[in-house]
Amino acid sequence: MPKRTDIRKILIIGSGPIVIGQACEFDYSGTQGCKALLEDGYEVVLVNSNPATIMTDPEFGHRTYVEPLTPEVLEAIIEKEKPKALLPTLGGQTGLNLAIELHRRGVLDRFNVELIGAKVHAIEKSEDRLIFKRTMAEIGIPVPKSVIATTLNDAQQLVRDIGFPCVIRPSFTLGGTGGGIAYNIEELVEIATRGLTLSPISEIMIEQSVIGWKEYELEVMRDHAENFVVICSIENVDAMGVHTGDSITVAPIQTLTDKEYQDMRDDAKRIINAIGVETGGANIQFAVHPRTGERVVIEMNPRVSRSSALASKATGFPIAKIAAKLAVGYRLDELPNDITKKTPACFEPTIDYCVVKIPRFTFEKFPGSDPTLGTQMKSVGETMSIGRTFKEALQKGLRSLEIGRYGLGADGKDKFNRERLIRRLNTPHPERIFYVKYALYEGLSIDEIANLTGIDPWFIENIREIIEVENQVKTSSFLVGCLDKLDQPESAAPQPGEQEEREFCAKLLRKAKQNGFSDRQIAHLTHTTEAQVCRLRKHLGIRPVFKAVDTCAGEFLAQTPYFYSAYDQTNESHPSDKKKIIILGGGPNRIGQGIEFDYCCVQAVIALKKDGYETIMINSNPETVSTDYDTADKLYFEPLTTEDVLHIIENEQPFGVIVQFGGQTPLNLAKFLEAAGVNILGTSPESIDLAEDRKRFGALLAQLGIPQAPNSAGYTYEEIEGIAHSIGYPLMVRPSYVLGGRAMEIVYDDAQLRVFMKEAGEVSPEHPILIDKFLDEAIEMDVDALADGNRVVICAIMEHIEQAGIHSGDSACVIPPRSLSPEILQTIRQYTEALGRGLNVRGLMNIQYAVKDGKVYVLEVNPRASRTVPYVSKSIGIPIARLAARIMVGKTLEELGFTEEPRIPFYTVKEAVLPFAKFPGCDIILGPEMRSTGEVMGIDPNYGLAFAKSQSAANSALPLEGGIFISLHDQDKPRFLPIAKRLHALGFRLYATRGTLEFLQSHGIQTQIVYKIAEGRPNVVDLMINNEIQMVINTPLDKDSKADQKAIRSNAIARNITLLTTIAAARAAVEGIESLRTTKPTLKALQDYHHELDIARKKCVK
Amino acid sequence: MAKKRAQLVLEDGLSFEGTAFGAEGEVFAEIVFNTSMTGYQEILTDPSYKGQMVVMTYPLIGNYGINDEDEESPRPQVSALIIKEGASLASNWRKKESLENYLERFNIIGLEDVDTRALVLHIREKGAMRAGLSTETLDPDVLLEKTLQSPSMVGQDLVRHVTPDAPYQFQPKLARLPTDDRRIYKIVAYDFGIKRNILNLVSAEGFDITVVPATTTAREVEDIRPAAVILSNGPGDPEALDYVIREVRRFLGKFPIFGICLGHQILGLALGGKTYKLKFGHRGANHPVIDVETKKVEITAQNHGFCVDPDSLDSSKVQITHWNLNDQTVEGLCHKELPAFSVQYHPEASPGPHDSRYLFARFRKMVEEHCGRA
Repeated sequence: MPKRTDIRKILIIGSGPIVIGQACEFDYSGTQGCKALLEDGYEVVLVNSNPATIMTDPEFGHRTYVEPLTPEVLEAIIEKEKPKALLPTLGGQTGLNLAIELHRRGVLDRFNVELIGAKVHAIEKSEDRLIFKRTMAEIGIPVPKSVIATTLNDAQQLVRDIGFPCVIRPSFTLGGTGGGIAYNIEELVEIATRGLTLSPISEIMIEQSVIGWKEYELEVMRDHAENFVVICSIENVDAMGVHTGDSITVAPIQTLTDKEYQDMRDDAKRIINAIGVETGGANIQFAVHPRTGERVVIEMNPRVSRSSALASKATGFPIAKIAAKLAVGYRLDELPNDITKKTPACFEPTIDYCVVKIPRFTFEKFPGSDPTLGTQMKSVGETMSIGRTFKEALQKGLRSLEIGRYGLGADGKDKFNRERLIRRLNTPHPERIFYVKYALYEGLSIDEIANLTGIDPWFIENIREIIEVENQVKTSSFLVGCLDKLDQPESAAPQPGEQEEREFCAKLLRKAKQNGFSDRQIAHLTHTTEAQVCRLRKHLGIRPVFKAVDTCAGEFLAQTPYFYSAYDQTNESHPSDKKKIIILGGGPNRIGQGIEFDYCCVQAVIALKKDGYETIMINSNPETVSTDYDTADKLYFEPLTTEDVLHIIENEQPFGVIVQFGGQTPLNLAKFLEAAGVNILGTSPESIDLAEDRKRFGALLAQLGIPQAPNSAGYTYEEIEGIAHSIGYPLMVRPSYVLGGRAMEIVYDDAQLRVFMKEAGEVSPEHPILIDKFLDEAIEMDVDALADGNRVVICAIMEHIEQAGIHSGDSACVIPPRSLSPEILQTIRQYTEALGRGLNVRGLMNIQYAVKDGKVYVLEVNPRASRTVPYVSKSIGIPIARLAARIMVGKTLEELGFTEEPRIPFYTVKEAVLPFAKFPGCDIILGPEMRSTGEVMGIDPNYGLAFAKSQSAANSALPLEGGIFISLHDQDKPRFLPIAKRLHALGFRLYATRGTLEFLQSHGIQTQIVYKIAEGRPNVVDLMINNEIQMVINTPLDKDSKADQKAIRSNAIARNITLLTTIAAARAAVEGIESLRTTKPTLKALQDYHHELDIARKKCVK
Repeated sequence: MAKKRAQLVLEDGLSFEGTAFGAEGEVFAEIVFNTSMTGYQEILTDPSYKGQMVVMTYPLIGNYGINDEDEESPRPQVSALIIKEGASLASNWRKKESLENYLERFNIIGLEDVDTRALVLHIREKGAMRAGLSTETLDPDVLLEKTLQSPSMVGQDLVRHVTPDAPYQFQPKLARLPTDDRRIYKIVAYDFGIKRNILNLVSAEGFDITVVPATTTAREVEDIRPAAVILSNGPGDPEALDYVIREVRRFLGKFPIFGICLGHQILGLALGGKTYKLKFGHRGANHPVIDVETKKVEITAQNHGFCVDPDSLDSSKVQITHWNLNDQTVEGLCHKELPAFSVQYHPEASPGPHDSRYLFARFRKMVEEHCGRA
C-alpha cells in the first residue's frame, strides 16, 4: 500500500535540549523524518525547544514551534494546528513520554489525532518493564529475574528474591538516569531512594544481575505488512553492566555463530510483533552468557535511538527516514535503497568493514564525580570509525575522540599506573581499554584479562596483535635506517641489500597502517617525527585508499558517495572535476562543542551546494546530521586529525577547506593544513592565531584603543602573587595549557589563590598561569557578526542574564539586550567593527564583552562560528552560517543583502541545560568553566514570558506559588532586596537560614526560619523532601557553609526543584513569574515570526 | 610473518598476492563471493560450493572458530576460501577448533591479506570466472596460463562429485517430540549435494527420508513408494543434468515434488523451461524475495549461479510464486495443477535468516492433501 492520503498534517515532537543520554542523534533522526514527510507532500508541524537543531530550521517544516516540550504547550499547539497525526518515535524518550501523556490526558482523542509509528499499547508494553516482562513470558522469551518496588521498604524486602549484585532501574527515565548496580543492602538503599525519586511514577525494578554477560543489540525495522528486517547487529566490547551508551561497541556482531545470531534475530522478530510495534524502527538488547550461550532479552525501544543513528551511519541505511515513510503507510518493499537506488529498502544491509563506536567522557569537568561506569549513562558524545579490521577501526576511533590520544597508546601519552591495574580492569572506567593493553604488557594472559573485564577474548587478542605490530615497529632498525636515508642524496647505484631493506620497511609500515597506527604513533615508536614518518611513507608509496559504505558489501553499485579510508589496494573515491569545498566537522560531542557546530556545518553545506560547489564533509560523529549521506555531496567518515584530513585533501584536491564551522577541532588543524599548502577559506589561520595569542591580541587591542581587563601571566608563585596585588582582586586565573575554560577559577584573596596554585600543579616557563582582572558584577555580552573583509555587520547582540564570570555557554542570554544604554550599545558596535577589520575576518566572528561601570571591555574574540549561531539565526530569521559560507567563497555582504544589524520586535531567551543530575558528588555551581550539555530557547513578545518559557523548556519551570528558599552571599543581599519584595508581593512563602532571614526581616520582608543541615531538624532538605519548597535561590557563599550549600543544591537538582544561583537569574525569574500571572504566552510558529520580520524589513527598505 | 605467500589469479589476468591461511597447494575453480557476515562454517561445508572458491565479503573471518554442529556436510566442500583477515584466536563457547586448523586438516587452501572488496567489485563487474590460487606457482603469468586450461563451470556436471554412491536412510539427530502424533510419511530426497539442515527440517515435519543418488531412476523411486520427492540443492550447471531432468519428468504428477535451489532449476527444466547463468550469482543471507500470493517479503539465504528463465516457462501450466526484489529474477514456481513447487533460495537457511521455514510446512500440507486425495 502506498502512502496514506487521509492524513495531511503531521506533528513531530523533537527531543528538546541535548542532555546526557539524548543528544543530537535525535536531531539527525528528526531532520530525516521531516525531510521524508515533506518530500511526500505532508504538512509538517514540529515542536522542539532546542534552537541549536537543524530540524528547527524553518525550511525543514511548515510550522516550527520553538516552545517548551510540556503537555500543556503541546495541547495548545494541537488545538491551534489540528494535525491529523502525531509521529512520536523520532524524538527519543522525550517524544514517546509526551505522546503517552497527551494520550492519558485525552488530548489526542479530543482533537482526533492519530498516533502513527507506535501506538500507545506498544509504547506501554515496551516502556513499562513489568508489562514487558509479562509479554516476554507469554511468548516464551527469557528475561532476567526481577521484582518491582514502589517504596524503599518494598525494595529492601523484595531484593531477597533476587540476590546481589542486582541492578536497579527506575521506570520511565532517560538513559538509565537514577539507576545503578548494588552489591550490598546499603548501596541498594542509596540507589533505590534516588531511583524512586527520579522515576516519574515512583517505580523501580530490581533485577537479577547479568553483569559480565556478553551484550548485543539488534536494530530492526518493520512495516505494517509485517515485513521485518535487521538493519544492524551490534556487539558491545564492554560486557553487561556498562550502559550501552558508555560502552565501546562494534558492528556487526563478531563472536556469535550464524546459528546463535539467527536465533537472536528470530527472538527480535517475535518481540517486535508481540510488543505490537506496527511500523518503524526499534532496538532490542540481549545478554548472552559467555560460557553457556544462555540468552535473555534486556529491553526494547519502539523508536529510533542513539543506536539506530549509529546503525544508520554504520550501514548506510537511513532508519529514521524509512521509519517516517513506513509510518505514513509505505511498505519496506515500496521504498528504494537510497545508496544503490536500484534495489529496495526491504533487505538486510551487509557490511564489509568493521565499525567501532567509542564514547566520549568529560569527567574532568565535574570534579568530585565518580568516573566508574555503570548502568547510568555518563558519556556526552561518541565517535564512530570504520576500518577493514577491528584493530584499524579501534585505533582510528581512539584518535577521533580528541582526548589527546593518537590511537591505542604508543603515542607518548600513556599514563600507566601499575597499582591501579587490577582495579582498572575489573571496574569499568573510561581508561579501561588502555589498561587492557597495559595488562598485556604486564604479562597477564588473555583469559585472565577476559575474566577481570568481561571483555571477550577475541577483542583482547586483537589488542595483543596491535602490541605485536607495535613491537615490530619499535625494534625495527630498518625503519629507522630507512628514515635516515631519506635525508641522504640518492646514490646512483643502490647498495646490495638496499632493495630488500626497502621492501621490508615498506611491508612493515603498511602493516602498521593497516593496524590503524597513526604517523604520530609510528614516530613515537621510532623516535622520529610525524613529518618524517609521513615523508617516508609517501616515499615508499604507502597511502590510504578510500572504500565505499554501500549497504551491500559491493554486491550492487553504490550511487551515494560515502567513504572511509583503508590501507588496501583499490581506491573507490574518484574525485570529480567540479569545484570542490571540504567542510570539516566538529568530531565527538563534548561539553563546549556540540550540535551548534554541526548546525553550522550543515548550513554551510546547504549554502555552498546551492551555489554550485561540490561539498565534501569530513566528520567522525555518528550522531550528526552532517554525517548523513545526503547532506553533503560526498562524505568521509574519518578522524579529524591532520594526517587523516590531509589524505582526503590529497585525494580530492579541493578548491578550499572550511575550518570555521566545526568549532575548535578544525580550527586546531588550520595551521597545519595551511602549512601543507591547503587553501583555508574565510578568515586566515594567521588571523585566528592573532585572536588566540594573548600577547598579539593584547597588542592589537591596544592599537585599536579597545580596553581589556588588566591581565598578565606569571611563572612563579611569588611573581603571580605580585601580579595579583598589582592588578587587585578578584582575579580570573587559569593554567595556560588548558583551553576552553577548563580549570579556570575566580579568586578573591591570597588564600584562594594559594589553593588554586596548589591544585593547578606544575607552573613552569612552559606553563605559566594566566591572570585576568575579574570584572565583578559586570554584565556580559556576546556579539555574533559577519564580515567580508570590507564590511562588518552585527547579527545580534546578546545580553547575558547571569553576570560575568559564568561561562557564556552556561549563561542564559537574551536578544535584544535590555539593560544597556544606547551609548554602550553604540560602543559595542564600534568595537565589533574595529575588531572585524583588525582581524580581517571573512565569515563569522563572535566577541564577548563585559560592561562594568559604563565601560565596555573585550573579553575574547573568536574568529569563527560560535555556539550561539543557530540561536541567533532563529532569533533574527536569517541563516547567518549560510551567509558566512558564501562570504568565504567570495560573496560580499552587500551581494548577500545583509548590510544592517537586524532588529526584532520580540524577545528570545537562550538557557543552558546542565547535567548535574548525572554526576552526583559534583557541586552544582556555575563558574568560568562550561558544564552545560545543551540549550533551549524561549520566544515571546513579552520578555518575562520568553524567560519563563526558557526555564520551563530547561525543565525547571518557574513556580507560580509556594515556598522559596533563599540563601545569599552577603554582597548579594542588598541587590536581592527588591526581588524579595516582589516575590513576597506575589504571595510566595519565603524561607531562609538565620543570616539571610535577619537581613530580610530587618527590611520588613516576612520570612520563615529554617535550619541549616547541621543546626537541627527539620532542616532545609527536609522541607524540600516534603515538597514545601518550589524554588531555591542560592548565590555561592563563603567557604564555611560550602558543604551545606552543596547538599542544598544537590537536593534541588535531584528533586527537580528550580534552582537559581545568581541574582540576575532571580531577577529574571520574578519578571517571568509576574508575566506568567498576568499575560497569556504567545504561541507562534518560527515561520510566522520570521515572516513578520521579513515584511518589516521590506517596509524599511521602501 | 612466517606465513607462506600465496598468489591468486583470475582468468582475465587480475592478480592478488596474499598470505596462505590453512593448507598449501594449488587449486583452480570458479571464483564467487558471499555477502553473509556470519556462517562461514556452513558455507564451507555446503556441497553446492563444489568447484568454487569463495570470497567472503565480511573481512574478519574465523572469529568464533569451528564447532561440531554447524556443518552442512561432513567436510568443507569449497575449493578455497579467500578472506581479508583470519582470526588468530577464536572465541565462542561452542568452539572446538580454529578455522585455520580446520582448513589445514581438510587440505583446503585459504588466502588472507588481500583487498577482498576490490576483488568482489571486480567479480561484480566482470562476472564469476575461473581463478587459480597457489602457494607454489607464485608467478602470476604462469598461474594464469594454468588457470586458462582449467575447465569452465558452464556445462559441467559437478553433482557427480557430491552425490552419494547408494541410497541411505536419514538418521535425524533429534528424536521427534512424543507429543508429535502426526502421521509419518516416507519420502525420497534426491541428494545433489544436499545440505544437512534441509534433511533436519524436513524430517522435523514428520517425514522419514530415504536419501538417493542423483542417478536414481524414476522407476527406482516408484519402487520405494514415497509420499513425495525432494529435489535438493547442489553445485554447477543444471542443464548438464539431463539424466536427472529426464527422470523427474517421468514421476512429475505422480508424487508431490519440492525443489530447492538446484532442485528448483531441475523442476523448471523438467517443466520445459530454460536456465541461464547469472553474471555473478546470488550468494548471501540478505536477499529480499516477495511471495506473489501473500505479498510478504522474506529475507532469504541464497547460493546460486544459475537461474530459471521465466519467459521459457509455459504460463498456462507454471506459475511464478516468488520474485527476487533486487533483480526481479525467479525465486519460486509451482505447477498450476500438479503437486510440485520449488524455490531458488534456501528455506533451510543455515547460514541465513529463518524467514522461509514455512515452506517446509507448506510441503507437508501438499503431501497431506495429495495423500488424502490418492
